Amino acid sequence: MSQVPRVLYCHCAYARVVPEDVKEAVLEGLTASELAFDTVADLCELAAKGDPALKQLAQAPCLKIAACYPRAVKWLFSAAEAPLATEGVEFINLRVLNAETALERLLAPELTTVIEAESTAILEETA
Amino acid sequence: MIQNAAPALRIVLYEGVGSQPLAAPERLELFRALLKKGYQVTRALKDGGVSAIQEGLLLVLGRFTETRPELAESHDGKVTVHVRELGERSPQDVVALVEEVVGELEAKAPGGWKPWFPVIDYDRCTNCMQCLSFCLFDVYGVENKKLKVLNQNNCKTDCPACSRVCPEVAILFPKYKQGPINGDKIDPEDLRREAMKVDISALLGGDIYAALRDRSDKAKSRFSKERDEDRALKERQFCLTKLQKQLDIPDEVLASLPTMEQIQAKAARALGSSEEPAS
Repeated sequence: MSQVPRVLYCHCAYARVVPEDVKEAVLEGLTASELAFDTVADLCELAAKGDPALKQLAQAPCLKIAACYPRAVKWLFSAAEAPLATEGVEFINLRVLNAETALERLLAPELTTVIEAESTAILEETA
Repeated sequence: MIQNAAPALRIVLYEGVGSQPLAAPERLELFRALLKKGYQVTRALKDGGVSAIQEGLLLVLGRFTETRPELAESHDGKVTVHVRELGERSPQDVVALVEEVVGELEAKAPGGWKPWFPVIDYDRCTNCMQCLSFCLFDVYGVENKKLKVLNQNNCKTDCPACSRVCPEVAILFPKYKQGPINGDKIDPEDLRREAMKVDISALLGGDIYAALRDRSDKAKSRFSKERDEDRALKERQFCLTKLQKQLDIPDEVLASLPTMEQIQAKAARALGSSEEPAS
C-alpha cells in the first residue's frame, strides 16, 4: 500500500521571491482540500532556528514540500541537522511553477515523478 | 548555524472527530492571518498525517462539539497542549487570541531572526575555505575540519559576495533573486563564469583583494595632491563601482578589506583551531 504523503507548504513570508499570486492560489487550494497539512510562515526561519519540527518532517516516509528550489530546500533541512531522505520527497517549486501545476502536484495522492527541466519549461510557457 | 534549538509554538487547527470543520473561505482567511504573523500552522484531520511534535508548546484551536480541557501534557511532560475554542471569532480575533496565549505562556514568538544567511551545498563544497577567507564578518567557521555557517546573524543583508567567490557554486542564499545563488540548478554557463572569475582575479595580479585596495589607495593618493576631497571620493567610488557591481559587494565590505596575509592567516587559524571529531 502506498504511503499518503505529508504536505508542507512554505509561505515564504520574509521575501518576495515567490510570486504572490502563486502563493495565494496554492494556499487557497490547499485550505479548500480534504488534506491534513503543515504550513510554515518561512522555511528559512525554521532552518535558521534549527526548529525540531524539521526533523519530524524529514522523518516522514513520504513528503511533499511546496517551497522553492529543491537544492535550497534540501540544504536548508540539512543546515538544521534534519537531512531529507534521498527518496520519498517531492519538491514543488513555487518560484517557477504556475499555481495550477503546483496545486495539481501538491494535491495528487501520490508523489509525482517530474522531469528536471519541466519546471523551467512551464515557466517559459506562461511568460 | 543554528541559533537555538527551542521549538516555536505550533498552532493546530483541529477539524477531526469531536469538532465542526470550518468553511473553506474561513479556513483560508485564518491560515492567511496566522502565517502573516509568522506562525507555523497545521491542519489536523481524523486520518490525515501531519508532523508530530516531541517537545514544546502546541496550541490547538477548533470548534469543538464537546467540552475540552484547556491544558494537557504528553506522558513525558515534554509537550504541553493548550486548547482554545474558536467560537465565532474572526481571523483577526483568532490572531489576538493566539497572541494572548503566547503572552500568557511566555512562549517564543515568531520572528527575531535574519532572513538572509548562506546555506552550504555540501554536495559541491570542497572545504577550500575561500568563503571563510573572504567574509569579513566571521559568518563562517570550521567544526571538525569542515566548513560551517557559525554566525549567520553576522551576514550582511543582500550581500551574496561569498557565494560569488566560491569556485564550486556551493553557497546558496535561498532568498536571492537569481540562480544559481538562489538554489536553482547549476548549468555549464555558471561553471564557465566561475572559471572566468579566477581568470579575472589572475589578470588583476592574482589577488583581487589587493587589486581593490590598490585602486582605492591610488585614488586616495592622486586626489590627496589636489586636495579635493569631494572629487577624490567620487573618483574612488567610480573606480570601485565596476568591480563592486560584478561581485555584489556592499560598501561596508569594501571599506574594510583585509590584506592577503590576513586572509590566509584567518583560514589557517580556522582550520588549526578546528577540533578533531570525537571518537
